[in-house]
Amino acid sequence: MEDLLIRIEKRNDVPTTLYFFTPFIAIILTIIGGGIIFYALGFNPVEALKFYFITPISNLYGLSELLLKATPLCLIAIGLSFCFKSNNWNIGAEGQLTFGAIVGGGVALLFYNQDGFYILPLIIIAGAIGGMIFALIPAILKTYFNTNEILVSLMLVYVSKLILDYLVVGPWSNPEGFNFPETRQFSDSSRMPLLFEGLRIHAGIFIALAAVLVSWFVLYKTYLGFQIKVSGLSLKTAKYAGFKGKTMILIVFMISGACAGLAGVGEITGPIGQLHRMISPDYGFTAIIVAFLGRLNPFGIIFASLVVSLTYLGAETAQIFLQIPQYTGQVFQGMILFFLLASDYLLFFKIKFQNFSKNELRH
Amino acid sequence: MYKNFLRYLISAIFLITFSISAKADFKVGFVYIGPTGDHGWTYQHDEGRKAVEAAGIKTTYVESVKYGADAERVIRQLAQSGHDLIFTTSFGYMDATNKVAKDFPNVKFEHATGYKREHSNVSTYSARFYQGRTILGHIAGKLTKTNTIGYIASFPIPEVIRGINAMTLAAQKVNPNIKTKIVWVFSWYDPGKEAEAAQALIDQGADIIMQHTDSTAPVQTAEKAGIWSFGQASDMQRFAPKSILTSIIDDWAPYYVERAIAARDGTWSQQDTWHGLKEGMVAMSPYNKGMGADLVKEAEQLQKDLASGKIHSFTGPIYDQKGNILVAEGKVADDGMLLGMNVYVKGVEGDIPK
Repeated sequence: MEDLLIRIEKRNDVPTTLYFFTPFIAIILTIIGGGIIFYALGFNPVEALKFYFITPISNLYGLSELLLKATPLCLIAIGLSFCFKSNNWNIGAEGQLTFGAIVGGGVALLFYNQDGFYILPLIIIAGAIGGMIFALIPAILKTYFNTNEILVSLMLVYVSKLILDYLVVGPWSNPEGFNFPETRQFSDSSRMPLLFEGLRIHAGIFIALAAVLVSWFVLYKTYLGFQIKVSGLSLKTAKYAGFKGKTMILIVFMISGACAGLAGVGEITGPIGQLHRMISPDYGFTAIIVAFLGRLNPFGIIFASLVVSLTYLGAETAQIFLQIPQYTGQVFQGMILFFLLASDYLLFFKIKFQNFSKNELRH
Repeated sequence: MYKNFLRYLISAIFLITFSISAKADFKVGFVYIGPTGDHGWTYQHDEGRKAVEAAGIKTTYVESVKYGADAERVIRQLAQSGHDLIFTTSFGYMDATNKVAKDFPNVKFEHATGYKREHSNVSTYSARFYQGRTILGHIAGKLTKTNTIGYIASFPIPEVIRGINAMTLAAQKVNPNIKTKIVWVFSWYDPGKEAEAAQALIDQGADIIMQHTDSTAPVQTAEKAGIWSFGQASDMQRFAPKSILTSIIDDWAPYYVERAIAARDGTWSQQDTWHGLKEGMVAMSPYNKGMGADLVKEAEQLQKDLASGKIHSFTGPIYDQKGNILVAEGKVADDGMLLGMNVYVKGVEGDIPK
């Protein structure tokens, strides 16, 4: 008698080119998978995919919307890459974004109806600090009390949203807003300058691009970046090398929080222009997908943020033109992550099918 | 110089792209806050859309559009992709609607339940839901044994507070000991939260539940708990056949058809519409016989009187929670007061979230 045995073995040498190539495979598989779903739903898959991936960016306005949506995703993912590379699982970027927006928005309201070139920079800095402080909570708890940062950072998301709720419903609500839970519209001095007339793309994109360059420099050209990468690869090695683990954890969380806070400020001073309860359609969570799809590489993240933004825009266009349910956007994002993880698994492990006789097994 | 040139070039390309993509058939777009399957608010708007479609006009909708940056993009995209008339069906789309309307003077916009008409191509419309609340209050006041009515509320905007007050006043008229307990869920559609809120109210002694949110979760919770409830926005009877006494139905269809045809034929003009039982924008689903034949008769009579104007939902004397007079005896509240209503009447428990 013979039994089929499946064995999983770790591959020793994974080529770097292949490692950066798999995200594309994941995207292609997602497109194929999406086509099959559209077909099953009774739509012409080619037409549906065209509305999904091409129509939204077929004009200048669409392109600007794509960049607008990609800006916060890119920023947050850049920050997260510092955490993830060093084995710190910050899942609460959404909370850090919200808290950054709260602090930045507070400054904007403080300067309501005032002019001054210094107001916007002040808001931006305040937002970054807000996000940083909020990210320090799980970091400090982890370093000094050994708590699980996944749980703490995730739970703090709800805390930040409740703080925001309280503020926009209560003390910060617009006095002329008929009790609707939102603040006043910020004054022009508190708004991100628009890059082009008629388009919503704003100066916040430069913050995201700067973050990409700075993070590339820090990760690949500095001692801190080296520490982060080594800690990610092997904590024991890092300890043996004498790296100060605690300081590093605090630093990566602060970087991550600051980036998320900047993203929050970019949203409220950019397209939204005020604080209300729904300042982010879960950018902080979606950015986790972006970070991994971009291979935690600063330039990879730019690309990934564009792809994921396109799934949002595509979902809207597909609904407008074909009445495909909007939730397919989330299905697409889920599929990208699934195919990426699956191809990673196959990349790092090989599956061996072997025939063994029972005797051999028993030896 | 170069920068300016680039700007003009980009604006030009932008203008050309959307002037090409525009035109062809007359099309109407709808923006929804919830899923069309909420069986409440959005469902009813979508029924209206289907009526427009049945009248031979092409329609499109986008569902579950979040307030904020996304709303503006969706509305803009509809305007840009050749829709001639766009209905934005939730209060929170107010600023986005006006912003887009400014950039598309040839597209007509209709914003539900808002008050801003900043450009001549923006109309607003709403229904006098509070008239329905008066009927609910009358029935609830007669049926409650614990004298406690549970009310699940969404956002503390005048429209919602008006409903709470109208219901409480009507209930007090038939039962002076009535107390209205409120839970704010700060969402229009969140079945989980709505169900929790319903349960919390039941635990606090409410034996009748009603809601100003969009899902069927509250009535289903009431059905399970074996208490009375009311449907909201659409006839929710099939989700809680024993529990539901009646539903306030929002019937947008005639208005949507009328406005779509007007826009197509070029007779559309800006207006502010606030229709009620009289015009049929608010209707009541069949009354549950379980409330007793007499009460059904009373409810039907009240419905007629409210429609004819013989009875007004807000007739004095009306007092606020502290006992200050809001509307004097023999007077009725005018529309201005109703539209800006932001205090509870006597008998409502708690404070408006501020």
